[in-house]
Amino acid sequence: MSPELINLIIQATFESLYMVGVAALLGTALGLPLGVFLATSRKGELFAAPAVNRVLGIVVNATRSTPFIILVVAIIPFTRLVAGTSIGSTAAIVPLTIASTPFIARLVEAAIREVDGGLIETASSFGASPLQIVFKVLIPEALPGLLLALTLAVVSLLGYSAMVGAVGGGGLGDLGIRYGYQRFMPEMMLAVVVVLIALVQIVQSAGDYLARRVNRRLRHR
Amino acid sequence: MVRFEGISKTYPAYRGKPGVNALEGIDFAIARGSITGVIGRSGAGKSSLVRLINGLEKPTTGRVVVDNSDISALAGRELRLAQRSIGMIFQHFNLLSSRTAAANIALPLEIAGWSKAAIKARVAELLDLVGIADKHDRYPSELSGGQKQRVGIARALATRPSVLLSDEATSALDPQTTRAILDLLANINRELGVTIVLITHEMSVVRQLAKEVVVLDAGHVVESGHVADIFTHPKHPITQSFLAEVIGDSLPVSLASRIVPEPVVGSRAVIRVQVRGAGAGDTLIARLARELGLDVSLLSARIDEIGGQHVGSLVLGIPGGESAATRTLAWLSQYQFSAERLGYVA
Repeated sequence: MSPELINLIIQATFESLYMVGVAALLGTALGLPLGVFLATSRKGELFAAPAVNRVLGIVVNATRSTPFIILVVAIIPFTRLVAGTSIGSTAAIVPLTIASTPFIARLVEAAIREVDGGLIETASSFGASPLQIVFKVLIPEALPGLLLALTLAVVSLLGYSAMVGAVGGGGLGDLGIRYGYQRFMPEMMLAVVVVLIALVQIVQSAGDYLARRVNRRLRHR
Repeated sequence: MVRFEGISKTYPAYRGKPGVNALEGIDFAIARGSITGVIGRSGAGKSSLVRLINGLEKPTTGRVVVDNSDISALAGRELRLAQRSIGMIFQHFNLLSSRTAAANIALPLEIAGWSKAAIKARVAELLDLVGIADKHDRYPSELSGGQKQRVGIARALATRPSVLLSDEATSALDPQTTRAILDLLANINRELGVTIVLITHEMSVVRQLAKEVVVLDAGHVVESGHVADIFTHPKHPITQSFLAEVIGDSLPVSLASRIVPEPVVGSRAVIRVQVRGAGAGDTLIARLARELGLDVSLLSARIDEIGGQHVGSLVLGIPGGESAATRTLAWLSQYQFSAERLGYVA
């Protein structure tokens, strides 16, 4: 493979990492509070707001059931509004964030719901405010689950990021399609897939390691 | 210290489940510095009752007055401030698995906004009080049940509450550990003057620790008063069944299987005598033998002490046929002993 092609792969890898990294950060910033709220706002819960909970639940489900490639195209006007353009890696961050937020929210919700309800009652019994319960009880107790959820989200984002190539988003997926498929360069396709596999492995291992580290303090001698 | 005034608590029907009247017509007071046991079967309303005291639940009607403030009328910040003067311990300890013993104890202090230095000093003091100073840096997963409950107690006492609520705090512990935890609670009551309210379904807990008792059944207080008074003269069937758990009202199998309803030649009448009060049964057999001239035999006996009073029963064998048995029963009732003839054994 020529140095030019290798340079292309390296550049595309950085584009992918950039899109995924920023989208994961933004998706977490939005999805974490949303997930905590979803987990604590049913009837009789900490921030009880059953109606809001139901509406948000529907919005989350709707976003999650829209195929990503359709989401990307459908929100082009919004993307242009936010990013100033609908083409390129930075623009691709917008649909990636919108797709990952409800996904992360659901994972966070599940992790938070795993926390023993008795702990919420306990904290309430010594006068903790709802926000104190979230920051001092729910999030620390759910931390291993939250880390695994984030890992899963980043891995999914890597998959999604390969699709934004279709609308000129750049990155590894774009490279694979344009060179590997449209120009009949199977070695390019193979290289892209290998890099993606390596990235997923690294992310998953790092996530597992962190979750285990947090967890080891908790459950083992 | 804690006063229930005309309390009822109803859980409304929800998703097809019918509504429940958890508590009805609750009126009683708990004195400052006392140890009160609230005993009842599961579903009697104990959990609801104790959660009314620290405002985790609101009464449907009536009010709960704790330390002269109507806790049932408080909400938000005011309620949270009041809750700091009421500690609570739980059956399953409810420790945060992500925090060490010390950090668990520190949690209510962090929530109350204490300074780091003050928290550190207070936590050391509390670990010492509950006797696990060496477990400072241990996570809950590294502690035994008894040690976890000690952490729970230290945490509940952290903000120097005037009331300590115990929600079946020893139900998940073995008898030996239970005893140690109850001793610790007794010490805390004595040394810190903290009012303790225990809810439990275990008679042994009430017997060992409580001075006052409230018997709860189907959402109603069926009896309340000094432990000694209530259990020497239990009126309600529920109270009697709790008492029976301690003193037992069944005969040894080998004896029960031999009892026949009518006397036969050479048989002895089987008479059960209830023993209630301090030293009540001390000289009973000797006096009975001397005054009636009978060779009284002791077939079975079980006597325990509740609130300093003897409670239990003696099962006596009286020779001499029906007439001797009748004379014995008359003599017993003359001395205010409650007794019954169970039959005859050969």
